[in-house]
Amino acid sequence: MAGGAARSIFGNHVIEIQELYKYYGDRRAIGPLSTRIAQGEVVGLLGLNGAGKTTTLRVLACDLLPTSGSVRVAGFDVVERPDEVRAKVGYLPDRPPLYDDMTVREYLSYAARLRNVPANHVKKRVADVEELTEIGDVGNQLIGSLSHGFKQRVGIAQAIVHGPELVVLDEPISGLDPVQIMEMRELVRGLRGAHTVVVSSHILTEISETCDRILVIDEGRIAWSGTETELSATLKQGMRIALTLRGAGGSAQATADKARAALAGLASVRDVEVLEPAEAGEGIASLRIAVESDVREEVGKSLVQAGLGILELSREKELESMFLELLGEGHEQPGRRRRKKKQAEADAAHTESSAQNEEPS
Amino acid sequence: MRALIIARRELYAYLRSPLGSAIIAAALLVDGILFYFASLDTKRLSAQLLTQFFYDSSAATMVAGLLLSMRLLAEERQAGTITLLNTAPIRDRDIVLGKFISSFGVLTLMNLLTAYMPLMVFIRGKVSVGHILVGYLGLILLGAAVTAIGLFASSLARSQVVAVIIGAALVASMILLWVVARAVNPPFNTFFSGLALHHENYRPFMVGTLSFDRVAYYLMVAYFFLLSATKVLEARRWR
Repeated sequence: MAGGAARSIFGNHVIEIQELYKYYGDRRAIGPLSTRIAQGEVVGLLGLNGAGKTTTLRVLACDLLPTSGSVRVAGFDVVERPDEVRAKVGYLPDRPPLYDDMTVREYLSYAARLRNVPANHVKKRVADVEELTEIGDVGNQLIGSLSHGFKQRVGIAQAIVHGPELVVLDEPISGLDPVQIMEMRELVRGLRGAHTVVVSSHILTEISETCDRILVIDEGRIAWSGTETELSATLKQGMRIALTLRGAGGSAQATADKARAALAGLASVRDVEVLEPAEAGEGIASLRIAVESDVREEVGKSLVQAGLGILELSREKELESMFLELLGEGHEQPGRRRRKKKQAEADAAHTESSAQNEEPS
Repeated sequence: MRALIIARRELYAYLRSPLGSAIIAAALLVDGILFYFASLDTKRLSAQLLTQFFYDSSAATMVAGLLLSMRLLAEERQAGTITLLNTAPIRDRDIVLGKFISSFGVLTLMNLLTAYMPLMVFIRGKVSVGHILVGYLGLILLGAAVTAIGLFASSLARSQVVAVIIGAALVASMILLWVVARAVNPPFNTFFSGLALHHENYRPFMVGTLSFDRVAYYLMVAYFFLLSATKVLEARRWR
């Protein structure tokens, strides 16, 4: 039964992806990628920029077709039965597809009609989503005149106006201010139950706040899948501590070296990483240390005994640490990458200049 | 029919945008000025004046057709709104058809607004109603073909400027096929002449002669480019 609705075969899984590959020319964007998402789940797709999140979501929304592999949404194959899939999916891309010359109500009515909502039901559906997304007050305003936050809400409203089984949201909080982020979070949480939701983000706290399950995507593959608690248990790691220190009358490097020496005596410390100084000033250095257990007091004591002033000592957000740990082998953090690049350039320049100096004139 | 939902939205966009009104107004102005100068020649017969009117109007129709169609898909891609259409349960052919209907409808309306000019010939001259009707049929068919070419060009580009340049190049190439026809020997001259967008195929309509071969030619050109635009949209999903 190729492509047909096959809920009985797939149980209550709304999404079934098997060995999915997507290539852009010769470049592999995703693959091999396999996963299942159950009905009613709110799943977060977490990954660095370029990891393949958007491509995966576009395939789910039938905006792109896969190069190979099988993707079924609500029992329908995205290649063989794209129209049935599209009728069951609501998609908000990272840039909401809005017409500035239409009013919010006209636009939502248009989106509803495009997505098979019968003409006599359009008005009610539009009123319902306006209420849910709290955009009723701007219903008669031109979309072009709305703030970014409201535009994002209208984007979500168009994605759910036809009552889809699956709602796919690509970076829904992108560009929002803190208040708007909290409101958007509430809105996404409000979709729970009525829809299966897949949200992508590279903001780790966002995923942990809104999602039941996390899919960590790395270089087009699912690197890890589970809840935040499961992720923590899997990695069995302790924590990361951020430090900003001041050494008396020295350079930032001297302060960092002194701190390294002081921390070397603590058995729990696994790794010490020197960061760009968080504050300007003589002898100020910033570090991030990975530790097996909560040894913040011992760390503080050792640093003070070494004659270093502690400007900041704080525990990093757990999920962020876990994410970095998870991708640690294949990736380097951007800051570290930049510093390594700088260091490599400096080394290269140094080698070149030494070579020139050694050459006979 | 889902194509009509898209056509309605596009017509609405033409009405709200100053660009649509400006293109129509400019085309009507040019048509009027050319008709005025053509009518100053008192030695000309009414039928000849009408033939000249349909010749001049064909140029305005082609330019307006390209300008009206350049935004159809290029603007959607540029603004990211094409995603709304691509992820709705609607076939690519319906997207293309809806866009075509709106642009072709506006162009046809523009052509019909010029009807007062040939009707003025009735005041002092004598022309057949059949000549006027056949002339307008020719204009409408030419408009359909140029709109389809413009829509195809719009499907290829992200920028409206690039779209109109591609469209203009295609239309100019197809018009100039009659020059190629002159330069080659039989039977190729007949072949190229039969493919030319304007010269051999449009002339019968200008003089009021209805030829079903010519009607079929314009319908086939429109169909070919609409099909090509549909294939471009389909191909983009695989990229």
